Amino acid sequence: MENPYMPYPVRIDDIEIATEDKSLKTFKFVFLNKEDEEKFSYEAGQFAELSIPGVGEIPIGIASSPIEKGFVKFTVFRAGVVTSHLHNMKVGDIMGIRGPLGNWYPWDKLENKNVVIIGGGFAFTTLRSSIIYMLDPANRSRFKNIDVVYGARSPGMLLYPEELFEWEARDDINMHITVDGTDDPDWKYHTGFVPQIVEQNAPKADKDTYAIICGPPIMIKFTMPALVQLGYKENQIIMSLENKMKCGIGMCGRCNIGKELVCKDGPVFTLEELNLTPKEY
Amino acid sequence: MKFITIDKKDWAKGIEKSRETYRLFGPVKEKNGFLIKSLDNDTLPDMEYTDSVMSAKSVMFPQSEKMLNASLDESQEGHHIMNRVDSDYSPQAVLGIRPFDAKAVQLVKLNFDTKDYRDPYWCDAYEATTFIGLGINKPGFYDFSTTAGSGPFEEDGLDVLLADMDDKYLAKILTDKGQAYVDACGFKTGADEKESQILLDVLKKEAENNIASQINTDQLKDKAILDLHDAPFWDDVAFSCINCGTCTYVCPTCWCFDIQDETKRKSTTRFRNWDTCMSSLFTLHTTGHNPRDSKTQRVKQRFMHKLKYFVDKYDQGTMCVGCGRCVKSCPVNIDIREVCNTMNAYEKQE
Repeated sequence: MENPYMPYPVRIDDIEIATEDKSLKTFKFVFLNKEDEEKFSYEAGQFAELSIPGVGEIPIGIASSPIEKGFVKFTVFRAGVVTSHLHNMKVGDIMGIRGPLGNWYPWDKLENKNVVIIGGGFAFTTLRSSIIYMLDPANRSRFKNIDVVYGARSPGMLLYPEELFEWEARDDINMHITVDGTDDPDWKYHTGFVPQIVEQNAPKADKDTYAIICGPPIMIKFTMPALVQLGYKENQIIMSLENKMKCGIGMCGRCNIGKELVCKDGPVFTLEELNLTPKEY
Repeated sequence: MKFITIDKKDWAKGIEKSRETYRLFGPVKEKNGFLIKSLDNDTLPDMEYTDSVMSAKSVMFPQSEKMLNASLDESQEGHHIMNRVDSDYSPQAVLGIRPFDAKAVQLVKLNFDTKDYRDPYWCDAYEATTFIGLGINKPGFYDFSTTAGSGPFEEDGLDVLLADMDDKYLAKILTDKGQAYVDACGFKTGADEKESQILLDVLKKEAENNIASQINTDQLKDKAILDLHDAPFWDDVAFSCINCGTCTYVCPTCWCFDIQDETKRKSTTRFRNWDTCMSSLFTLHTTGHNPRDSKTQRVKQRFMHKLKYFVDKYDQGTMCVGCGRCVKSCPVNIDIREVCNTMNAYEKQE
């Protein structure tokens, strides 16, 4: 039987600075043992524990997509002990990854549906994974319209800008990129907060439309009324939560919201499910 | 079911003999009371003990346990790759475990042995363990096990149930594991099954009649989580709490843990340590946000977990076996019996 606490050994294959303030970096990992990559088979929306021996572990959403083979990617904000240590590591360093963990966005349920993806700031990693997955030629026909509202403080704080602008040019996905503000006179996308852009640009809800929303609490708080106004019901709003975690497998006891464990029963919940739990997140 | 009798004069010799195959744990008197500890050679379990400060949960779930280790020396092959720490999972027996503590192990098992994941440290230790229970002839003042899904002579989770009959033990052998242990001791004086069961039933009835306090749990399942969570009594329950966490450490069913790395020179070990939901650090995010920031939220979490979330999730009763340790050890006299009864009786005011 597998030991769920045992990380798969990985090598840091590439490190990219992800935002202009350098607070986020994207790490590309390659598994030291080829068979581990197969064991780490994941769905868009899942997370993993990045495990640095001697330092500790940190739960991070998987930014690469299941259709991208040969590596896994995580975009990490420098915040605490483990992430700060990780930001100082080098290409070639050896560490571990434990997972994949948690549930994922409900791809079966989203089949033949319109999907609206709403993200803010650096909570765009599993959303990036999801968009890459949905746009894959093998999957695109499984979904109807795809809309994306993504905002950051400034153009330089948008994650994955090259991909964003490439998606913008496509006709099988409707991008609504926004920044809180910019002094760039050539900025040709939206300016304004995410809730406002959602209100003005997101499609109205019908029974075949679902919204996936991921972002800082303040963004979520103000986007909810916009979605309600557009007619989205509680079971059509899908969210991904974060809580402090250690084990990631539902045993250590700290990430619960009521009887649900964010690590194992989540992190993805519908608003309908969340409304039945204490707001302990 | 098979019964044997063990003359107390033969007890020590049999226990010593079992050491050939088993590592032993049992009650030992320390300066602050009884603990369930590893029995070094020549140390016998103190079977006259009344109650132990700590339960036997640490036999499967040590307060601090090595999980993984790794070398950080980059000149070494396999550096920064973690390996499972070697631990001894040869057969072991817990002697004199109380029936409610054995029941608690079964509840903790629901957490560590699931359909999705198996915690190998807990499960390997559990599988290596034989539980030799000792019925409680005279239940303590704080014992409310009979209304908490257990009782002084309950058999759930035990491999052998011993009943103290003054000069001898009557032993009811409940499982193959139990049979193997009594065989290893060389205990084999058979006893009449019918007669032994009658004797046991008399002791059981007498003991149960001595338990004065009760909890009511029959309504818990039908309450809505949010109704109980938002009930007005929690501030009163938590008012005197100092968040010391004693209740969680002495509890035989509290299983929460932390994981920490400890490094000495070029070698690191990943440990797990008991943790407590009474600590604000338990849920503190790196951002400074804390979903259970207040004392009331943390006290509520403990009782809601034991008496509501667990009840709903597993449908196997409460995550409390009525040992009474938290009631006895609480420095400010918070009483889970009162809280449970309050929750059970609560009706939301419309």
